[in-house]
Formats: sequence, structure tokens, C-alpha cells
Amino acid sequence: MNDALRSAQQHSAPAVHPPAERTAVIALAGQPNMGKSTLFNLLTGLNQHVGNWPGKTVEQRQGGFVHHQRTLRLVDLPGTYSLSANSPEEIIAREYILHEKPDLVVAVVSAAHLERSLYLVAELIALPAPLVVALNMMDVAAQQGIQIDVPVLEAALGVPVVPLVATRAEGVRRLLDVIEDCLTGSYLLPPRRLPAIRPDHQQVLDQAQQLITGFVPPDYPAAWTASKLLEGDGEILRQMQAHLPEERWESLHALLKAHDDAGLAIASGRYAWIERMLRAAVHRPIGGQMSLTDRLDRFATHPVLGLVILALILGAVFWLTFTIGAPLQEWLESALLMPLTETARGWLAAAPFWLRGLVIDGLIGGAGAVITFLPILVIFFSVFGLLEDVGYMARAAFVMDRLMHAMGLHGKSFLPLFLGFGCNVPAVMGTRVIESWPARLLTMLLAPLVPCAARMAVLAFLAAAFFGAQGALVSWGLVLFALLLLVVSGMALNRLLFKGERSAFIMELPLYHIPNLRTIALLVWQRSLAFIRKAATLILLFSLGVWALAVLPGGEMETSYLAQIGRFFAPLGRLAGLDWRLTVALLSSFLAKENAVATLGVLFGRGEDSGLAQTLATTYSPASGLAFMTIALLFIPCAATLAVLRQESGSWKWAAVNVLLMLVVSFAAGAGVYTLARALGG
Amino acid sequence: MTTPPLPLCDLKPGHQGTLLALNGGRGLTARLAALGFTPGVRIAMLQNYGHGPLLVEVRQTRVALGRGEAQRILITEQQS
Repeated sequence: MNDALRSAQQHSAPAVHPPAERTAVIALAGQPNMGKSTLFNLLTGLNQHVGNWPGKTVEQRQGGFVHHQRTLRLVDLPGTYSLSANSPEEIIAREYILHEKPDLVVAVVSAAHLERSLYLVAELIALPAPLVVALNMMDVAAQQGIQIDVPVLEAALGVPVVPLVATRAEGVRRLLDVIEDCLTGSYLLPPRRLPAIRPDHQQVLDQAQQLITGFVPPDYPAAWTASKLLEGDGEILRQMQAHLPEERWESLHALLKAHDDAGLAIASGRYAWIERMLRAAVHRPIGGQMSLTDRLDRFATHPVLGLVILALILGAVFWLTFTIGAPLQEWLESALLMPLTETARGWLAAAPFWLRGLVIDGLIGGAGAVITFLPILVIFFSVFGLLEDVGYMARAAFVMDRLMHAMGLHGKSFLPLFLGFGCNVPAVMGTRVIESWPARLLTMLLAPLVPCAARMAVLAFLAAAFFGAQGALVSWGLVLFALLLLVVSGMALNRLLFKGERSAFIMELPLYHIPNLRTIALLVWQRSLAFIRKAATLILLFSLGVWALAVLPGGEMETSYLAQIGRFFAPLGRLAGLDWRLTVALLSSFLAKENAVATLGVLFGRGEDSGLAQTLATTYSPASGLAFMTIALLFIPCAATLAVLRQESGSWKWAAVNVLLMLVVSFAAGAGVYTLARALGG
Repeated sequence: MTTPPLPLCDLKPGHQGTLLALNGGRGLTARLAALGFTPGVRIAMLQNYGHGPLLVEVRQTRVALGRGEAQRILITEQQS
């Protein structure tokens, strides 16, 4: 049993239930868009634990509930189309089933996409674990006139099949009863019918199995291992190379090399098996009418109209964020953060200055500032969750694919980058949707170039200070400029670091459906919780470190290490028209982006509301102001983003690469803007 | 009646083809096969503007493909 599982057990059933004597572990498997999460949420409610699979940045969800005096521990396996393409998700799913040996595997399939969704079942059925098929989306299938003869399908598979409408909680009781019957061994069925390889490759499979017999590692069934070898599974190949004697490995290697098309023969065999099942159990109307999805996709995926629709949706999201999110943020600041600061100040009146500073400026100032972004994030997460659940997000990725191409990325990278407008932290975490590692890393490195809400706020203040009525126009121009630089950086990084490699763009467009508010609410809840947890741990630690730099050794910002660093870099800053104070302000924005303005307030001895704007406008030329705004918009990511970047990329190296990239881009852009503005007479 | 083999990216919208072969590497082939792209399967072209990604239907599922990926899928067109 792994650590994550053990920790989930602490979240076991509420105490109101009688103590359960029997427990069982149930793994939930399924392809994406099959309603697996809906079923998981339905069964576990809020009694779930979200973490990572040990050693992987793949999300792991576990939960528990009690049924018939039995504690059921539900483990949500990553959603995968197959167990053969060697992605981390697929390896996690099958290693879990083979090594952790759950008491039962429940495979969620869609009645409306039975042909494709049975593919994963064709893989699971070959594994030595008890299996139940949850036939979800019966309502959608019925709408399309698809009739499924459940008893026939069950007999043909040799596996219990339970029809389900997870969005309406229909069939769940029956599913639980069937699970209980399977666990007690009282559900009787004919033997399983396993898929076979396409006949022209049967001999090769037999040869491979002969070669490995007697050398297969424990937990791996021999026939299954042989077929995985034919599919070219890297993990299994490594294992067999370690276990096989030299000459057997040589012959196996030669055999596999001569038949490198065998993987397709196995996939074809699985689909032939599926077609047999469907012929027996499914009646489908001939020639369907035009579905809602067809009609909506005429617009949503159109190369021009699709972009217009996307732009309108993005505009609506920004509008929502700034009309609802920003006032809420201000309210949080005045109703929560300021009283908290005052209370802390009162309590710590007698405490040494460093403790007061640590708690008020470091702790409350650092982590608190991040927390006030929660309203904006919740709005972003909600809209995101809604668009995802309805099925629109795949269309957004599709229409953006053309534009993302220039950077060697594809459409899927657009989604996390868009999230970056709210906050870069979830944007970096959101890159998990991208399958290929180079593409994911590149997206991660580019995400901090998306101006987040905090930087937009700084920009708005400075633009108004320096340019008055033209401020909004200048801000808009600078944001567009930042996005242009994002594209240019992406193109350059792609050439430099990734040698122009491009990952395959293959993406299912799910049917549109009515959103499930429960699923969205849980998603928003979990994402917000993950963000708060980050703010409470990683971000807090980082904030304290930067705060220490800003007060040590003397306790004053003007003489701190940070100011010394600022003075050290001042000659560089002068290239972009910045004096040491502006340079220090930039450095302090590393703690949290909105600090840039607060620091200037400290350095000029004026509050944000008491004339700082006028002071700035009279102290600096518009050229310096514009350069400062440009750099502030593009400067190194905040501590929080950097911490998450390190975590998601797995090394400080990539976090450092990102800092370097942002430093170069921001100073080059700043110096360029300054020189140009001076030349134009600014 | 069928036509000579052509890459999927040359199939016009509204037309259908039968998959002949996948010419990608092992990784691409495995991903495509899992989504239902196996020899003999029928593919309907839903959207293809001659540039950019395209949209097909295979085994009752809508799949978006990059042009580069569609280049590696060989089909024969079905005349209806």
C-alpha cells in the first residue's frame, strides 16, 4: 500500500456510521469524457483527498464511503484512452492494478460512445483483477436512439454491466449492490471472453510468449506481457531486458524488430472484439439526424467565427473578473487583511521589531496578498469549469491550434496560458493537460509572460499616474506587446531548447452537454483549495525569504540587502531609464507583483492614495515611466509562480531558465521602449 | 468503388474514406489506434479548410487532428 493511500485512510468514513469491519479498495478506470469524475464525486462527495501519485505530477484522487457496513476506498485512476501509449497516466493506471491489486476495478464507459469506450475495457479485461463495467450516459444514448441489451452485453463480456446516468444519480444503488456481490463472490457469470490479436500475427505473439515464459516478473501475466512487448511498451521492454538471459533477449529483440507493426494488429484485434460485442448487444438507428453538437460546431470550430466566439467569451470572462472579482478583492483586503494587520500590530506592540515585521509584512503581507486573489481565481475557475464541463474547451483549443503552431505548440497549450490572466500559479499547474513533455515544459516557461491580474493592477495605477486619460490605451497596448513577446519567446525557445520538435495534436471533441453544477462546484472547490494550500506552504516560505531580504540587516527598506542589490543593478537599470528606486521596486515585486507600487510608496514616503502618482509623474520622464511599466509587466515571475514552476518542472534548472528568460526579455524590452520613446521626444 | 491511396489530409469535407495504414512512429500509431484509427475503419471528414487542423469522425467520436498527423494516415476514398 502506498503512502497516498495510507494518508487517504485518515479521511475515512465519518464517525456517525457504525465502525465498519470490512474494507475494500476499488479502482475507478475510464477514458476521458465518460463521466468518471461525476461518478467519483457522486460516490465520495466532499470526503475525498486530492494529491499526486507518488513521484509523479499526475493528480491522484481518493475517497471513501460506507456501504452495507463495508468501508469502500475509491481510487480514481487517471483518465486514459488505452493502457498502451506509454504516457505517465497509463503507466500509473496499469501498475496500480497489477501491483497494488485493488479488490475490484470499475470501468466507466459511455453508452453513447460504446465502440470507442470499450477499448479500455478490452485492455482491462486481460488483467487479473475483478472487473465491473459501469455503462454511463444511458440517457444520451437513448436520445440518439441507441438501444443496448445489457444482459446480452454482460454475457458476451463475461463481466457485470450496470447501466447508469451518473449526472442524475440513476443506477448508483444497483452499482453498489453489484460491487458488493462481486466482493463476496456471489455474482455468477460465464467466463470472460478476451480479445485476440489479429490472426496474421498470432504466431508472432506465441513465439514472444514462449521466449519469455519462466522469466516474467511476478504480478505480470505472461500472455499480457507478451502482447505488451509486441505493442512496443517501453516499460515492459526494460523489465524483460533485465529479467531475460542474454540470448533469449537477443532473439526476442530480433523478433520484435521484424514485426514492429504488431502493435496495430493487437489494436485491430481489440476493435474486432468490440465489434463482436456491439453486434450482439447494440441496436443503432441507421442514419442519424443532425445533432446539437453538429449544429454548434459549425460555428464553434469555424476558423474565423470560432475565433470571434472565443474572443467574445474571453471578453466576458474579463468583464466578469473586473466587475465582480476586483471589488470583492478590495473588500477582502479592507475587511479581512487590514483588521488582521491591525490586530497583529496591537498584539505585537511590545514584540521586537523583527517579529512584528515578520508577522505583519512577511506573513500577512506576503501570503495575505496572494489570498486576496482568491475571488478573481474563483471566477476564473468557475468559468473554466463551466466551459470545460459543457465541452467547449476542446473547441477553444481547436481554433487556437493554428496560432499556437508558430511556437511549436498546439491548441491544448492555450488553455493553461489563458488561465494565466487570472494568476500564473494555476496556469503553471494547468499545463498538466498537455501530454508531451517538451510542449508542457515550453508552455510552463511561457506562462509567466501572460500578464496576471496583479500585474494588470500595477499597470493600471502606473498608466494613470504617467499618462492620465491615455492610461487605458497605453495599458492595452502594453498587454498586447507582452503577448507578442510571448509568441516571439515561444518561437525562439522552441528553436533553441526543443529543436523545433512538435508534439502530435490529437484531441477528442466531446459531445456538448448540459453542465453538471455539482461537478463544476467540486472542481472549483478543489482547485481553490489547492491554491490556498500552496499559499499556506510554499508561497509563505518564499515570501518570508524575500521579506527578510527587504528588511535585513538594518530593518529599513532603504538600507536592506534588497536595496543594495537594487543599487548594484542600477547601472543596468539606467539603460532603461530607471534609477535605483525603480530598480528596487522591481526587485520587491518578486514577493508579489502588486508590491511594486507599495515599495515606491515606502521609498518616496508617500502612500498610494496620498500623492504618489503626482510625485512619480514629476520625478520621472514619460519615457522612464513607460520603460518601467514595460519591465514591471514582464519582470521575473513572483515567488509563488517560481515555486510552482520548480515543483511542476521537477528541477530548479527550469525555474532558473525562466528567470533568465524573463530578465532578458523584460530589460531588452524596457531598454528598447526607453530608447525609442527618447528618440520620439518623450 | 475505391480510389488510389491518399493521405487523410487530402480528403474533402463531407467525404468518407477507409483507413489503409498508419505511417507514424510507434507512439503516434499507438495513440491513434487507441482512438479507433485501425485499418479498415471508416473515417468521415467533418472539417478541412486545406490548412490548419482538421476534424474527423471515427467510430462515432469526433477527433481533431493536426495536419501533420493527418498526413501520416493513409486512406482510400469511398465513392458514394
